[in-house]
Amino acid sequence: MKDEPMDVKALLKSLSEACGVSGYEDEVRGVIRQAFEPYCDEIRVDTMGNLIGLKKGSGKGGARRKRVMLAGHMDEIGLMVTEIDQGFIRFTQVGGYDTRVLPAQAVTVFGRERLPGIIASVPPHVSGSSDKSTPMDELYVDVGLSESQVNKLARVGDLITLDRPCVELSDDLLCGKAFDDRASVAAIVTCLEILSQTAHEWDVYAVATVQEEVGLRGATTGAFGIAPDLGIAIDVGFGKQPGVKEKFAIILGKGPALARGPNIHPKLFAGLKATAEKFEIPYQVEVTSGGTGTDANAIQLTRDGIPTGLISIPERNMHTPVETISIKDVERTGRLLACYIAGLDADTMGQFVWDDDNGGEK
Amino acid sequence: MMLEKLSNAFGPSGCEGDVRRIVISDIKSRVDELTVDHLGNVICRMKATGRGKKPLRIMAAAHLDEVGMIITHADDDGFLHFDKIGGIDDRILPAKGVVIGAGKVPGVIIAKPVHLTSAEERGKVISHDDLVIDIGAANKDAAVKKCAPGDYATFDTRFRRFGRGLVAGKAFDDRVGCAVLIELIKRGPYPFEFCPVFTTMEEVGLRGAKVAAFKVRPDIALVLESTICEDSPKEKDRGSVTAIGKGPALSLADRGLIVNRKLVRFAARRAAALGVPCQFKQPGIGGTDGGAIHKEGEGAPTLPVSVPARYIHSPMAVISLRDFHHTIDLAEDVMRHVTLADIQP
Repeated sequence: MKDEPMDVKALLKSLSEACGVSGYEDEVRGVIRQAFEPYCDEIRVDTMGNLIGLKKGSGKGGARRKRVMLAGHMDEIGLMVTEIDQGFIRFTQVGGYDTRVLPAQAVTVFGRERLPGIIASVPPHVSGSSDKSTPMDELYVDVGLSESQVNKLARVGDLITLDRPCVELSDDLLCGKAFDDRASVAAIVTCLEILSQTAHEWDVYAVATVQEEVGLRGATTGAFGIAPDLGIAIDVGFGKQPGVKEKFAIILGKGPALARGPNIHPKLFAGLKATAEKFEIPYQVEVTSGGTGTDANAIQLTRDGIPTGLISIPERNMHTPVETISIKDVERTGRLLACYIAGLDADTMGQFVWDDDNGGEK
Repeated sequence: MMLEKLSNAFGPSGCEGDVRRIVISDIKSRVDELTVDHLGNVICRMKATGRGKKPLRIMAAAHLDEVGMIITHADDDGFLHFDKIGGIDDRILPAKGVVIGAGKVPGVIIAKPVHLTSAEERGKVISHDDLVIDIGAANKDAAVKKCAPGDYATFDTRFRRFGRGLVAGKAFDDRVGCAVLIELIKRGPYPFEFCPVFTTMEEVGLRGAKVAAFKVRPDIALVLESTICEDSPKEKDRGSVTAIGKGPALSLADRGLIVNRKLVRFAARRAAALGVPCQFKQPGIGGTDGGAIHKEGEGAPTLPVSVPARYIHSPMAVISLRDFHHTIDLAEDVMRHVTLADIQP
């Protein structure tokens, strides 16, 4: 066990700056493994690459003690080299960027060595003014090397990440390239730290999932392998900012958002809400009208069905290299998870029945 | 009749409690096992009559849920904003009545008066993002007291007789299938192991059916549905998806399932033997729980059998009672006669 309290801000920075494009999460997995290690009894990496930390509970049942799975995805969206074109690098994307954010971004090409680069933009003097955005296949990366050097150092299939050191916008707001969903991984670490000093009966499976951005792939096999009794996905949600409709928006600094909707078991929503109220943790409610685009979607549909919840950390500028989150929201998310888990006992699953009262919040 | 009760019940995807309660109270004494799983599916089992070798396990699924709405937030003037649950066409939303949440709060979907619209606006569909529900609340606080974000809503339509031999109501997709399945339970037990499943959340991605099929692991599955019936007057050379009054519709292929050809042919032969009309649903359109069931676990041959319904996913659909009864008869007959030998490749 660690003596020093964890520095959440430092952890967030190192997580955001680590490389881990979907399918290639090795570097960030190393960072997370270090963060999990002080608090977990066992750590393993499954076939897909999910990092699974087990923190054992004190309840009865031995190997089949009740299990809660926490899932935050460690992969980030990124780019991939498709062609070396006269010393310049053409690329496609892994996961979904708005291509309009790409021109004039600094990048790192993970070739035989790390190559700093820039996504080229043709000066307006040459291109003329246009209201059309530049399609991805017209964009390219300039790494400032000669054609023969580029041919030697970069290959088709190499990864490219947008290169963005984490910036402190204020005392509470951090801006970086991969808070989707490393902010949630930090919240899970916060939760584990609190649980290391708090009794809990249930086994906790802290999972940093892979390949969320390309179709919830890690969570699908991770949940099947763990077969948890309850699943909670933690992801980022759309922070309020110009252009985001109020119906989708949650507000930075006002606490984690608890999701409601078909993807969410009403009792898990109610349990998280009651916990937040009991421990005076600020929270918001987020409404989702179907399968969410998060690991919660995969977890709920695992095996013969798993009661699943979703907590969203408000984030502005999602899927850009300037993703912005509130440190307080991350800490509150970790605390909410820990308080909820500490309250799980032998009777909890008995409460997961359907009231058939139409899910009304009464 | 049961269909009336089911149609009037409140049950958007994820909030099927009312419907589940009606179904369970009607069937619980007739099945050997009944469980409600973590997604809210009602999974039943009726043991096979007779003894002997391991009986065939046939699953029949109908979904409890209907398309609807979910409240996202209230604005300062007390109007409720909402998202759609499942596939509702924005064109059918304006000026409809709804009920919201456990309190069944009445409301209406409103759009601004025609006098205040431009000709250009009137030519465009109003997005559901620009529509609100009026529940008569004076302001945000008053609205949130009656309806919280995340409360579900559905249309306030009441079931009625309609035209000649037809009935009209909301949620026929898939309360009609539920009514068919309840009747099949009442006609049991059967010489095979019968697993009736009332699934949840079909309209938001076949969610209940997926986990239910994992649990049941059927040898063969039927999906009982009411399906798109588009038999309106049209240009020549364009067929209808299905037609009302022409009997149960057998699916050949839809967006999520290519039906085992031997199974669908077998069903068509049984219809002929039984003297029940049947039709094939135009391929490539729509999807059912079969899309999830047929590829869960090691897979199972799956056939959707549907009652044609005009105007599904709207506040008011229409079916023929003759089609309804023929669907029950055909489904029963197919289940009683089918063997694995009939459908194996």
